[in-house]
Amino acid sequence: MSLRDLVNVSGGSGGDTPVFTAPWQAEIFAMVLALHDRGLFTWPEWADALSLELKKTDARDDASDYYQRWLKALESLITTKNITLKADIDQLTLAWQRAALATPHGQPIRLENDPDRV
Amino acid sequence: MAARVRALETILTQKGLIDPLAIDAIVETYETKVGPRNGAKVVAKAWSDPEFSEWLKRDATAAIASLGFTGRQGEHMQAVFNTADTHNLVVCTLCSCYPWSVLGLPPVWYKSPPYRSKAVIDPRGVLAEFDLFLPESTKIRVWDSTSELRYLVVPLRPEGSDGLGEEQLVNLVTRNSMIGTGLALTPVRK
Repeated sequence: MSLRDLVNVSGGSGGDTPVFTAPWQAEIFAMVLALHDRGLFTWPEWADALSLELKKTDARDDASDYYQRWLKALESLITTKNITLKADIDQLTLAWQRAALATPHGQPIRLENDPDRV
Repeated sequence: MAARVRALETILTQKGLIDPLAIDAIVETYETKVGPRNGAKVVAKAWSDPEFSEWLKRDATAAIASLGFTGRQGEHMQAVFNTADTHNLVVCTLCSCYPWSVLGLPPVWYKSPPYRSKAVIDPRGVLAEFDLFLPESTKIRVWDSTSELRYLVVPLRPEGSDGLGEEQLVNLVTRNSMIGTGLALTPVRK
C-alpha cells in the first residue's frame, strides 16, 4: 500500500477513522499505559522496545500490524523483567483459544469455559 | 491475537499489576474524550490571544496544560509555528511518538513505514501525497519526535478568518494541519 492509499484510508486530509480496528488493540494499548502508570517501565524504555519491533524487516508497509507490534514489545518487556514467562503466556493463550471454541456464539467467552481446564 | 492479549491481561490481573476496570476507563478516554479537537483549541487560542501564543512558544507543556491537556507519559511538548516562509512537519522515525494529549491517537499513515522513512528524506514528496504543494521558496522543517519531546504544529491562521471567535476558529484546525501534512481550512463565506 502506498502512502497515498493510506492517506485516503484515513479519510483524506481532515478525516477521522476509528483509532482501533479491533477491541484487542484497545486492550493492549490500555495495558501498556496502565503498566507504565504503575511504574513497571519508563516511557523511553517502552519506546525502545516498540521501536525494536517496528524496525524488524517484516513490518508491514500499511501499519496494519501496528498493535501486533505493541503486543510483542510488551511481551518482551515483561518477560525481560521476569514478570512472567513466555511459556505461561503461551499456555494461557491456548486455554483462551479452547475456551473461545467451547463457548456458544453470542455468549461472553470466559476462561472457565476451557474444557481442558485443570 | 485476541486470545494472546486476553492471556496477558489474565496474568497481569492475577499478579495485581492491572485492574480490568482501569483498562476499560483508559480505552473509553482514548476512544471518546481525547482527540484532535483538543489541539484545535490550543491553536485557536494561540491565534486569538497573543499572550497565550507567546507562552505556547516559550513553554508549550505549561501553556497546553493550562487548558487541561496533559500527557500521561511525562513528555514535553514543543509548539512549532508555521510562518510565511517556513512550514513545519512532524514525524517519528523511530516508532510513532505522537502528542496524544492534544491529537488523540495517530492516523494509520503516521504509523506506516513509508511515512516514517520518507518524511525526513523527501518532505516535499510526502506533502504531495497529501495534495499539499507549497511554493518552492517555502522552507520545510522536519521535526523528529522522541518519547520525551513531541511537537504540535501551529498552522498559519487562514485568510478571511479575521472576525471569527475562538469557537469558530477551532473548526478550521484540522488534525493534519497540526502534524504539518495539511493547512488550516479557509472559512466558507456566507
